[in-house]
Parts: sequence; C-alpha cells; structure tokens
Amino acid sequence: MKFKLTRKQKKMMHRIIAAAVLLAAVAAITHLFELPWWAELLIYMVPYVIAGYDVLKTAFINLIHGQVFDEKFLMMVATLGAFGASEYPEASAVMLFYQVGELFQSIAVGSSRRSISQLMDIRPDTATVIRDGVESTVSPEEVNVGELIIVRPGEKIPIDGIVEEGVSSVNTSALTGESVPVDVAYSDNVISGTVNLTGVIKVKTTTTFGQSTVSKILELVENSSEKKAKVENFITKFARYYTPCVVIGALILAVVPSLIQGPGSWEVWKNWLIRACVFLVVSCPCALVVSVPLSFFGGIGGAAKEGILIKGANYTETLACIDTLVFDKTGTLTKGIFAVEDIHPNLISEAELLDIAAACESFSSHPVAQSIVRAHEGHIDSANIGDVTEIAGKGVKAVIDGTLYYCGNSGLMELCGADYHDCHLTGTIIHVARETAAGSEYLGHIIINDEIKEDAARAISLLKMIGVKRTVMLTGDKEKVAKNVADKLGLTDYHAELLPADKVIQVEQLLSQGYKVAFTGDGINDAPVLMRADIGIAMGAMGSDAAIESADVVLMDDKPTGIVKAILTARKTMRIVKENVAFALAVKAVILVLGALGIANMWLAVFGDVGVLILAILNAIRAMKPVSID
Amino acid sequence: MKKTFELEDLDCANCARKMQEAIEKIPGVTSCSVNFMTQKMILEADDSNYEAILKEAVKTIAKVEPDCTVLL
Repeated sequence: MKFKLTRKQKKMMHRIIAAAVLLAAVAAITHLFELPWWAELLIYMVPYVIAGYDVLKTAFINLIHGQVFDEKFLMMVATLGAFGASEYPEASAVMLFYQVGELFQSIAVGSSRRSISQLMDIRPDTATVIRDGVESTVSPEEVNVGELIIVRPGEKIPIDGIVEEGVSSVNTSALTGESVPVDVAYSDNVISGTVNLTGVIKVKTTTTFGQSTVSKILELVENSSEKKAKVENFITKFARYYTPCVVIGALILAVVPSLIQGPGSWEVWKNWLIRACVFLVVSCPCALVVSVPLSFFGGIGGAAKEGILIKGANYTETLACIDTLVFDKTGTLTKGIFAVEDIHPNLISEAELLDIAAACESFSSHPVAQSIVRAHEGHIDSANIGDVTEIAGKGVKAVIDGTLYYCGNSGLMELCGADYHDCHLTGTIIHVARETAAGSEYLGHIIINDEIKEDAARAISLLKMIGVKRTVMLTGDKEKVAKNVADKLGLTDYHAELLPADKVIQVEQLLSQGYKVAFTGDGINDAPVLMRADIGIAMGAMGSDAAIESADVVLMDDKPTGIVKAILTARKTMRIVKENVAFALAVKAVILVLGALGIANMWLAVFGDVGVLILAILNAIRAMKPVSID
Repeated sequence: MKKTFELEDLDCANCARKMQEAIEKIPGVTSCSVNFMTQKMILEADDSNYEAILKEAVKTIAKVEPDCTVLL
C-alpha cells in the first residue's frame, strides 16, 4: 500500500514531530534541572499546545454547541485534568499520542479508500466516437446507444458494445481477475472497463454509459458499505452508550471517593482525578467504530479486485457461515456448451472416426453437430463431400470420397441396419456406419456431453475442504445426465427433472432444515431462487444486468472456484472483525478496571486509546489482501 | 428525493455516526447515511422542502465536526 499524504496530513505530521522533539527536550530539561512547578507546567504546555491546539479549538466550539460527549472535548478535559493533577509529562504525551492516532487513522483510511478506488480505475475518462466520419473525443456519458466508437490498443473500452470492425485481444483482469486475454473480432461483445490490447477496434455501443457494466460495478461497490452487517449495528449501538457511560463513570470517580475518603486532602483529590482522567482517555470507541467498517470495506474491495462483487457487509457476514451450496447445473457447473467427451471407434482409429463424423456434420448448425466439428479442429475439405442428406430426427447420410456414411442416433443405425451397440457413458451418442457391399458396417460412436467446467471438481473438493457440509445440484435435465455430473464432481446430493418453481421448493426445504444456503446460478432464469436463498450468487455475470441485479454476490467470470474465494474472503473478513471487536473491548475493559483501581496510569490509558486504534486499523487493512486458493 | 453528497475532511468515524444520528432526527428526513469510508452522505427527504432540510443537515454536520464541509 502506498502512503501518499495530503497537505493537511503533512502539516499534521510536521506538528507532531516538532511537538515530540520539544517534549523530549522538555523532559530532559526537567530531569536535569530542579524547576518550580509553574515553570515546569509552562514548558510542558509548549509541546502540548503545538500538538493539540486544533483539538482545543474544536473542543471549545463543540462545547458551545453542547456536544459534551465529543471525543476532542473529552480529550481536552482529560489532559487538562492531568495537568491539574501535576502529571505534566503525561498530559503532554497523551495529547501528542492522541494526534498520532488521529493522523494514522486518517492516513490508513484514506489510503485504503484510495486503493479500493483503484478499482475505480476501470472508469474510462473519455470515449472516441465517430460521428459523420469524423473522430471526436467526448466524455463517455455523451455517447448514445448505437453510435460507433473507436478503441485503440492500450485504451479502456468505455461502453459495452459489439465489435463492428477490427480484431484484437482484450484484457478483462480489472473486472474478472482473470489475466488471460480474450480474443475479439467482428460481432463479439465487448464489456466496458476491459482494456483493449493489440488492435484497433470499432465498437457499436449497446448501452449508455450509465447502464454499462463499468458504471454498474462502480455503483455496486460504492453502495456496498450502505448495507450494514449485524456486528456493525451492534457497534453503532454500543458506541452510542459507551461514551456517556464512561464519562459518567469518570465524573463519579472524580468526586464520590474523594468526598468519602477525605474531602479536605488535595492528595486524595489528585489521586482520584488521575483515575478519572484515565477513564476519559479511553472513552472514545474509535477503534471499534473505524476498524469494523474498514475491515468490511477492505474485504469487499479486495474481493472486487478478484472479480467477486459482494453487495454489502451483511452479505459478507452471511457468506462466512454458509454450510450448504446449491448449484444450478447448466452454465454453472457445466459450460452450457456441448463438447465431445469421448470417441469409441470400431474397426478404424479415433481420428478417422472423428474425421468422418466431422465431415458429415459440417453442414449442420445443430449444437451437437457443431461440437463434433469443433472437436475435429482440422480442416474439412468440403470438395470431397458430396450428396449430404438430412434424415429428420435421426441424423445425416453423406457421401465422402465415394463412400456412403451414416452419422446419427440409434434410430439411424436401425434404419441402415448397422450392428451398433449403446455406450456405457451417458450423454448424446452419435453413431457412425459405412455402407459396404456386404451391408452396413458399424464404425463406432462419439459421446457428446454438456462439458463440466474445468475447475468445477476442484471447487467442489475445496468447498468440502473448507467445511461446507452439503453441495447440491438442481437441474431440469434428465436423471441420468444429472447423476453422471453429480458423480463426477462428488456432489453430496442432486435433484433432476425440476421445473424452475421446484428449485425454489428444494432451496426452501434446505432452509427449513436449518441450513445456511447459498444458491449459485447464472442469474438469467433463476432470479426467484437467487432471492430465496440466504445468499444468491450469480456467475459469469459479465454483461448480464439481470444477474448483477438479482444476486447478493456476483462473480464476474464463470469459474466455480470463485465461490470458494468469496467464502474464504468473507470468513477472513469476519475473523478480522471479530478479532478487532474482542481486542478493543477487552483492552478498554481491562484499562477501565485497572484505572478505577488506580493501577493503570495515563500511559496505559493512551495505549488503550491510540494503541488499540492503530492495531485495529492495521489488522483491518489485512482484509483487503485477496485470499489465495492455490 | 434521494441525493448523494461528498464530504470533505470527515476525519472521525464516530463523528460520522453522530452526524447520521443527528440528521435522522431532523423533521422531514426519511433516511440518512453518513459514510465514513466513502466520505459521502446520502440524504433522503421530502421533496417539498429538500433545500431547507439539506441546509439543516449541513448545519448539523458543522456542529458535530467543524472542519467537515459538504461539497454542494
């Protein structure tokens, strides 16, 4: 983290250094020479005033406004009280340390705010729009939907749109945390906030700037601190009562025991006055009030850098105690794209079988056919393919290099009379047969499945490792397909052949059993389930408004391991928050008790205020560092 | 009406909390949030005399922390 000081902070630092040097000099002088009490008081007043004149000024103004529980006012009373009790070095030092704490707080909060707004770096400053054939640079807000913008290498794409012209690769890492660039060409969607890397592209905008992905993300992160966690509300409530209670305690301590012990003795009054001052020094709940929201803000900011948007501190809190993860299948655990899973040839080689199938299917636009062509990867010479006939609902027959091939489902095999057999694997099976003089010859089959995402299995095993009790898959797909996916991934449970409404019922059932349920979907048609679960996680949300709006946690890319990162970040944040709350409360309580007993002096009290504040802030800053799952 | 304002030199989190509580008590304020982390105030109040309420809120902020100013 970079510490860049503002002018005000620099000035404060100089004052603190000056006061510290002076205080040391004064301490040395009083150590070496016997001075009368008034002279000692006078010279200790110098660093005191240098360090704290603004505190005194504000304290007076606030007193006039009737703000008696103002921390600056209380600090003034405490230090003046210490002067009154002839604790001159303590009084000066307390003021100095108080200012050190204030400065530290201001720097820490400022720089973490800045580092989170580095995320705001994704905000494009300008857009180059082409109007009547002339390029002009305008602010992104001024670009209308459907206008053509030009983006050069190194520039941020300012507004969501579709590539009209040009080829390039795009770095999406600012949004997704994914560092591998994505290639784009004509008719591809590009998302605002990503960086154009290699070529000049012309983009036709599909939204206004206000509606574009980049604006939505910024708004979401900025508003996230509005949704308060329970622990934050507790702190707010606590802070409301803490200061008045401690101040009243100080008042009682200053007056009552002295009246009982010996109202005539100055020594008695002095003794209790110091104890009262100790109370006043620790009367500010600042460490709690600053560090808790700072931790949440840091956690949310850190996650955002990884492409995980958590919409509020309350969701961080819930996410940390999730014990059941419910997944939608298609698009969440699987890619939602058909792909060749396996090739089982008969009589010929795998490559030959794929060659034949790809050639047969190369004229079809069906997703299954496309997947075979994609798997083939090589060049298909269409000159060798003659006479392709589609047999509706069954497949195709095609003549390749003079031989007639059949390529399709079991129905087609029966039609051509090939001696085919079913596969032990589940999925869509494409059989291939060849016509020979002796009848149809079976050449084998290709198994096509909706491909499971590369890191889905890893995500599930990581979830188990971090203590998530149940992983459940819900799908509208057939039982056999669902079981296959569930087994491969090692899910604890699955429910197949569900209608969208059934998914809500399944989630409700888990909720009623007392599980803390997070539901993960692609956010497109599962909004009701996302809303119903304790936490709704939308995945692969780049460019999908519906997902960003209906979910509590949004994963910009579509990797299931993002869920693990989100949970771990939330847990880490909560751990830090709890540490801070427990630590600050404990230290304050101990100092209050010791102070009342006369064991804690002003030095300890100033640690209880500033020391705790600084430690709590340092701890809170840790929340910003993204968690690693490698 | 709901509007967001930037705050300058809001230096203490406890003050932000106190500002928020004081502003919430101003008649006509529907909701208010003073956010220390983002240094922003979101004020939601009756449309009819939003200006007057805002003025009152600005005064309240100055009362709690004299250094802090609202960028209007």
